Amino acid sequence: MRKLKEFIIEKLILICGLASIFFVVLIFLFLLKEGLAVFKIVSPFKFIFGKSWYPISEPAQLGILPLILGSLLVTFGAAIISIPIGVGCAIYIAEIAPLKIKETLKAGVELLAAIPSVVLGFVGMVTLVPLVKNVFHLPTGLTALSGSIMLAFMAMPTIVSIAEDALYSVPKTYREGALALGATHWQTIWRVMLPAASSGILAAIMLGIGRVIGETMAVMMITGNAAVIPKSIFAPVRTLTATIAAEMGEAVVGSEHYFALFAIGIVLFISSFAINVTADLFLHKRQ
Amino acid sequence: MFKKYLIFLAVILFCVNKLTFAAKDENSIQVKGSDTMVNLAQAWAEKYMEKNPTYFIAVTGGGSGTGFSSLISGTCDIAMSSRNIKEKEVTLAKQRGINPNEIKVALDGLAVVVNPTNPVSSLTTDQLAAIFTGRITNWKELGGKNEKIVILSREVNSGTHVYFKEHVLRKNDPNSKEEFAPNALMLSSSQAIADEVAGNSSAIGYYGMGYISSKQKPLSIAKDEKSGYESPTIENVINGKYPISRPLFIYTNGMPEGLVKNFIDFVLSKEGQDIVLATDFVPVNK
Repeated sequence: MRKLKEFIIEKLILICGLASIFFVVLIFLFLLKEGLAVFKIVSPFKFIFGKSWYPISEPAQLGILPLILGSLLVTFGAAIISIPIGVGCAIYIAEIAPLKIKETLKAGVELLAAIPSVVLGFVGMVTLVPLVKNVFHLPTGLTALSGSIMLAFMAMPTIVSIAEDALYSVPKTYREGALALGATHWQTIWRVMLPAASSGILAAIMLGIGRVIGETMAVMMITGNAAVIPKSIFAPVRTLTATIAAEMGEAVVGSEHYFALFAIGIVLFISSFAINVTADLFLHKRQ
Repeated sequence: MFKKYLIFLAVILFCVNKLTFAAKDENSIQVKGSDTMVNLAQAWAEKYMEKNPTYFIAVTGGGSGTGFSSLISGTCDIAMSSRNIKEKEVTLAKQRGINPNEIKVALDGLAVVVNPTNPVSSLTTDQLAAIFTGRITNWKELGGKNEKIVILSREVNSGTHVYFKEHVLRKNDPNSKEEFAPNALMLSSSQAIADEVAGNSSAIGYYGMGYISSKQKPLSIAKDEKSGYESPTIENVINGKYPISRPLFIYTNGMPEGLVKNFIDFVLSKEGQDIVLATDFVPVNK
């Protein structure tokens, strides 16, 4: 009787464990099935490098290069802003801050992670967008830059908490050794702690970027969504995610537009998968 | 013992759930679609429910296309639309055994708005087409300030977007290949366009007349240079002088019956059409 119970429980847990993989595979198969159909209408090359996105015209023009570049530009901008601040914050929390400040900071970072993205987008739309417009004298504040700044806020909590963990897990003896050899506090951080934690910090950065590239609501609200190849970070962009979100409701099921949106989903899936795998590789290297 | 109690509870909950759902279905209508019409339909629904408190009418937006896809998938009873149904959508509906039935319920003037500080106050439809397709890029060319024009458009799921493209950019010519300029900003709601125009001196956007407020300046529009410039007012839409006006529709599956028919009769009645006027649209039945 006891054995049977053990057996059942064991198998139940096994099913739970396999469920997540099973669902990922199902989702990916569904994406492939719906998305690959678009390549009967346009060639993969034309789809990825086509310069115009007019999905509801006759005939539809389904080129997603402006969308890919838009996503990349916003992500790149967000990375430039969030990496130095995020890693700096992690160093301060892990190495320098007194206990009391440390606790407050950690709570603050967690709170930042808890803000829903649509709220951040809304706040950005009312405060950041007019600010960007006035500071840089632009025709409109709905630009890639506004999106990057807002997304940097979203990537920061991920980067801070994982990078901080990485710094903590550096053996104490490293720091003590460096200090004993007469290195200053800063030299210890820069020459010993950071290199020792580098793979964990890289993983933190990759996961932060992974969060940014998949973000939808906030970018849709503040980047202007113009499907044009961006010439600078001060230009409006349309991202892959915003395109899917804005157009899915309209797309007639089974139309070329519908398949194209799923194909965009494949592109997104593959890119965030690649980012996560890279992050994982860094994490494993560390162990 | 505890377990038995739980099962008992689950069964009871399940039954109650079933019952309430069944009861709800018979006395409620789902109305979905055009964002332009959400306020109007909401006003109809409120008045109707006030008179018939046992019925429930749920109104949601999402865009005309969203309305059609819900009607086709059977998740709404009435689709609101600011454009005619497309042939593709009809074919798809037929495949699923749905017969879209069109009823014209109101008219809407499409206002083209700019910031109140913009000196430009009237344009021809040709000039509008040139602006929105990106051939004219500076306000200077239209007698305004030396500022780059910021084009604001609705997303492609908006009936307003489709109407504006077909009737202003393409001038009703089915063979025309005109498109919105690629650098046009796509905003997800009429309110977002209203806000951006209110805060941006070089922006130009379009939306249903109902959204006009003192923070935006509606332009007077002329069909061509010879005819006069007309402002988007209810009189000008009724007498046909204002060149960019469109019908608003609701679509049902087949001829309306029962509660749906009752609601539509109310919409087309004098009372319903008075609500149309009160929400800044133009009635079809006078």
